[in-house]
Formats: sequence, C-alpha cells, structure tokens
Amino acid sequence: MSDQMSDDATASARVGWNEQYALHVNDEVREVRDAWVGESLLFVLRERLGLMGTKGACEQGECGSCSVMVDGELVCSCLVMAASAVGQRILTIEGIAPIGAPSDVQRAFVDAGAVQCGFCTPGLIMAAHDLLERSVQPSEIEIREELSGNVCRCTGYGRIIEAVQRVSVNRRAGAST
Amino acid sequence: MPVLVPTTLDEAVSAMAADPDAMVLAGGTDTMVEVNAGHRRPSCVVVVNRVSEMRSWTYDPVAATVRIGAAVTYAELLEPPLATLLPALAEASRTVGSPQIRHAGTLGGNLGTCSPAGDGLPVLSALDAVVPLASTAGERSMSVHDFMVGVKRTAREPGELITAVTVPVLSGWQGYAKVGVRNAMVIALATACVAVDTASASVRLAIGSVGPTILRCAQAEAFAASAVDFAASSASADAVRRFAELAAAASHPIDDHRASAAYRRHAIGVLASRLLRRAFPNE
Ligand SMILES: Cc1cc2nc3c(=O)[nH]c(=O)nc-3n(C[C@H](O)[C@H](O)[C@H](O)COP(=O)(O)OP(=O)(O)OC[C@H]3O[C@@H](n4cnc5c(N)ncnc54)[C@H](O)[C@@H]3O)c2cc1C
Ligand code: FES
Ligand code: FES
Repeated sequence: MSDQMSDDATASARVGWNEQYALHVNDEVREVRDAWVGESLLFVLRERLGLMGTKGACEQGECGSCSVMVDGELVCSCLVMAASAVGQRILTIEGIAPIGAPSDVQRAFVDAGAVQCGFCTPGLIMAAHDLLERSVQPSEIEIREELSGNVCRCTGYGRIIEAVQRVSVNRRAGAST
Repeated sequence: MPVLVPTTLDEAVSAMAADPDAMVLAGGTDTMVEVNAGHRRPSCVVVVNRVSEMRSWTYDPVAATVRIGAAVTYAELLEPPLATLLPALAEASRTVGSPQIRHAGTLGGNLGTCSPAGDGLPVLSALDAVVPLASTAGERSMSVHDFMVGVKRTAREPGELITAVTVPVLSGWQGYAKVGVRNAMVIALATACVAVDTASASVRLAIGSVGPTILRCAQAEAFAASAVDFAASSASADAVRRFAELAAAASHPIDDHRASAAYRRHAIGVLASRLLRRAFPNE
C-alpha cells in the first residue's frame, strides 16, 4: 500500500483527513472513521474493514486482482475513491458465497485446476461471475476479452477459460432440466 | 465536506465555485492512479459521475448531433444505439484498457486528461466535436480542436466542468485503429480515425500519439476528397498509398521509452491506408 496512512497525527487536523462515512458492502452498512479523503476502496476494504479477500498488487488498474462490483459494474477497487462510493452497493468476493459453500464459479475454478498460487483468483471470480451474468454461452474469444483486465502469473489462462466454459455448460444443462 | 457527490449540474457547478481548484473525479481511472502513487493529494473532491445531466446522452435528429454527457462510460458508448450512431467512437472505446476500465472510465475524463494517446480524442477530432463547459457564470462551448491545447493541457478554466461532448452524426463510413504492444490494456503508440461524410464529399483523418495532441491531416484529407469515388466506394491502390504517405508526413512523433519516432510514423501510414481501404473497399 502507498503512504496513505502516514503522518496521521498532524494530518488529522487538515481538511480531508478525518472523514466519516458509511459504505454499503455485501448487504451490510460499514462505518469508516478518521479516513483520508484520497483512500481507495481497495485500501478501505482491506485495511479499515478487514475484508482481505480483495487483493491489491499494482494499484493502477492493470492487474484486476482488486476487482469488485460497484452498483452492478465490475471495476478495479484501487481506482475507486472510497468516499465517493457512499450510497452505492459494493459487492466483494466475500459476498459472492458463504464460506464453505462455494459458488458454481468458485467450484469450477478449483475443479478445472484454475487456481495455483491463488492471488489472482478473487478478482477473476468476480470477473467470471460478471461475464456469466451477462452472457449465457460466451465464446472463447469473448471470455478472453472479458477477462483481459485480470492478470494471472501462474496458470497461463487455459484452465481459467476452461472453468468459465464448464460453468456455462452446467448452467445451461441445469436450466434445461 | 471534502468529498461532494452532487446529483444535479447546478449542485456540481456550485461546488466548483466554492472551491475552483477542487479535484474533479469522474471514473477515477486517471486520477486515482496519481493519488495512489502519491502524485496528487486532494483535499477537496467533486465527484461528477452521479450528475444526471452528465450521465445521459441525447440524439437530435434535426441537428444530426449526439450530445454525450461527460460522465458516460466507454462501456455505455459500446452499446447500441449509441454505437450505431457513432461507430468509430464505439470502436475506439472497445480498445480502452479492460472491461473494468471501460465500466468506470468516461469520455469527459479522457478530455480532462487530454493525453495524446487518449483513444476517444482522435474520433472527437475527426468528427469536429464541440465541448460545452459550465461554471456559475454559465455555459460556453468550444471546438474540441481549441479545447485540446497540448500534452495534458486543455482550455478548461479553474471552476469549470466539462458537461458533455456534442458530436455530429455523419453519413458515411467511419472507423478507428490503434497500434500498441498487445490487444488489451495498452497505451497507444499510434492511432488514427477516418470518418467519411458523403453529404459534403469529405474524408476526415485524425491521428494520435504522434504529437503533443491530436492532429488533423489537412493535406491527406484534401487529397482523399479528390482521389476517391464516393458513389462507387472506391479508391485506387495508388490513392491509398499516397493517402498513407501524407498521413505519415503530418505526424510529429517523438522517440520515447515506448517506441521510436520512425516506428510511430510508419505505423500512422499503415493505419491510415487500412482505414481508407475499409472506407472505400473497391479498387
Ligand atoms: C489500466 C488502465 C488502462 C487504460 N487504458 C486506456 C486506453 O487504452 N485508452 C485511453 O484512452 N485511456 C486509457 N486509460 C486512461 C483512462 O482510463 C482514460 O483517460 C479515461 O477516459 C479517464 O476517464 P475517468 O472518468 O476515469 O477520468 P478521471 O480519472 O476521473 O479524470 C481524469 C481527468 O479529467 C478530469 N475530469 C474528469 N471529468 C471531468 C469533467 N466532467 N469536467 C472537468 N474535468 C474532468 C479530472 O479532474 C482528471 O484530471 C487507462 C487507464 C488505466 C488505469
Ligand atoms: S490493484 Fe487494482 S488493478 Fe491492480
Ligand atoms: S494463480 Fe497465481 S496469479 Fe493466478
């Protein structure tokens, strides 16, 4: 993380250093206190609200490991100013499924061997859920384009694409029975 | 209150009047990169992406223009009917970053940053778009050519907001092309937009990433207008070659860590010839 929290003693007296606001995260209202106005949603989720599932690597929108949904849109939480997201519905990986009962996408990632070190996984699960909400039967090229904002250094992407395809097949089989 | 989230243009403009140097925040895809890196430390922020006037777009069939709110995102520009009215802008939008960036990033933010590599900007230039700016003093409009002053420099005054972009709808083929190191998530090394207007028998060419701001290629445009056959959608191989030469000659690229000037100039020729051929497919 950058130096967002440094020199807080003197700084809290300055404008923008003692923000109080509430965020709507995973259907819960979460209070944020004594925050600096420029803090990213990624920072607030992890460091202030203890939601460590959302990962941060680049903090410049390049890697997608920080992907969350804000008002139904898949975005990089590192590029969202947390204080600007007041009143918006935020969904993080923790809100996708309860612990111990993985979603079909999470299950498929494990089954397909699409998880190696796992660092990219939360962001990719968010992106894959979003893709499969909007497209029932995505082609491989569509999957590649829709997941192009998520970097994985381990898998080479083949198994990730396979996982998404499995969910698509299973959902259609489920819907037709 | 250091972070203001107005929902109407009046509120937004008043907020800017109260602190003309407040940081304007739309999708945050340029600003938050700088904030995260510690290059910008805002104390007051005006968030514009929930201002209803800036979030919507309107088509005026009589004037043949589309007024696109400054906070309309690339993802929205990709959807019909907007994509059908302004196909080159949709093509350019599709090349921006990644889905995550396209869901947040806005056309107003692209103008606000005014990078020579901004993908929306060559299209706005080729289509002679107009940029309305608002402050408590009222609204003024200027051509996008006057708005874009230089590398990350615009004619926006402190306290002003970009409210929208008014884009003429032309009758004719239009397209956008971009060269970078890969297909996704890439800052352009060279870009070009060709827009044909059959009504005025003109061909427009705007190029990006090869000068301090977007360049229009007057000589190439004048040559194309005389060399192509609008009715037959045809251009000779010689005409396409000459158009490419004139486009490359109009570029003013620099050598930097991403590409050499010679590569960028060559790329402009390639992009211009491809686009002219797509516009006039017959030989
Ligand atoms: C990973 C990544 C990839 C990217 N890829 C591309 C790409 O391929 N092509 C490309 O062109 N860009 C790209 N960008 C840059 C960026 O996404 C675009 O420039 C985008 O259009 C910025 O819009 P925004 O709404 O996020 O702007 P913000 O970051 O919110 O604002 C940008 C600037 O404009 C000002 N501003 C915004 N709205 C207004 C307004 N209404 N009135 C006055 N000033 C305003 C802000 O104060 C700021 O100075 C990328 C960025 C990232 C992080
Ligand atoms: S941490 Fe947000 S995209 Fe990399
Ligand atoms: S599994 Fe390691 S980065 Fe993707």
